Amino acid sequence: MDVILFLIFAIIAVVCAVNVVVQTHPISSAISLIGVMGSLAVLYLLLGAEFLAMAQIIVYAGAVMVLFIFVIMLLNAGTEAKRGRSLTAQLLGLPLLIAFLALASYFSQRFYPGGAAVHFGAFKGGTAQNIGMALFTQYLLPFEVTSALILIAIVGAVVLARKEL
Amino acid sequence: MTSGPPLAWYLILSAVLFALGVAGFLFRKSIITIFMSIELMLNAVNLSFVAFSYQLKQVNGHIFAFFVMVVAAAEAAVGLAIILTVFKNRETLNVDQVNSMKY
Repeated sequence: MDVILFLIFAIIAVVCAVNVVVQTHPISSAISLIGVMGSLAVLYLLLGAEFLAMAQIIVYAGAVMVLFIFVIMLLNAGTEAKRGRSLTAQLLGLPLLIAFLALASYFSQRFYPGGAAVHFGAFKGGTAQNIGMALFTQYLLPFEVTSALILIAIVGAVVLARKEL
Repeated sequence: MTSGPPLAWYLILSAVLFALGVAGFLFRKSIITIFMSIELMLNAVNLSFVAFSYQLKQVNGHIFAFFVMVVAAAEAAVGLAIILTVFKNRETLNVDQVNSMKY
């Protein structure tokens, strides 16, 4: 059951990710990216990260992607112009990508050889209670710094998007 | 205990998504799609964090993934504001035409 669920959502994620890269219209890419994020949320759930799965859907699929789609529609972004790529990129791009993937897969197989099978419900440490406990005790300083970062981001976004610059 | 997928599958999926993000970042010309590729890469890294967190039975990986999400949200807000400004000044979304610092 775990394997079937993993395979279904992994395939959805990979297909949507390929779609993000190959679609020429930004809106199609954005919708595909939402598909990736949704299936990743299910995979988080399988790994026992309930809080992160919900945060993924609310923050990423909800907030960030809506922002993206707003901007795409605001700018009326059309289909990307096809341009000739350099010969080196055309010849080496795909082989290098596959080589990188093979290397990454080899190392993750080499150092984590199949051992621990992932079972749904085997790890219950990802609840909101546990996350909150860690966030407000052990990771209190990074959490506060994050709030400063978000404040800076708000001010920066408002200043950048103002009419006169 | 052999019915679940091994942890390495999650890591390989993460690598696949990251590689696709890199490909999108390198091959695409539209600044918005490049930005979406960056989000894809951040998501792939998050999956690795959560998978390792599962393996080590610790919540620390979740905290890291949470911080990555927060930073990605802040980055999206600022980055999209920059995209708006670039489009207002140059009337283009093609990164090849935003090259005044190149020469």
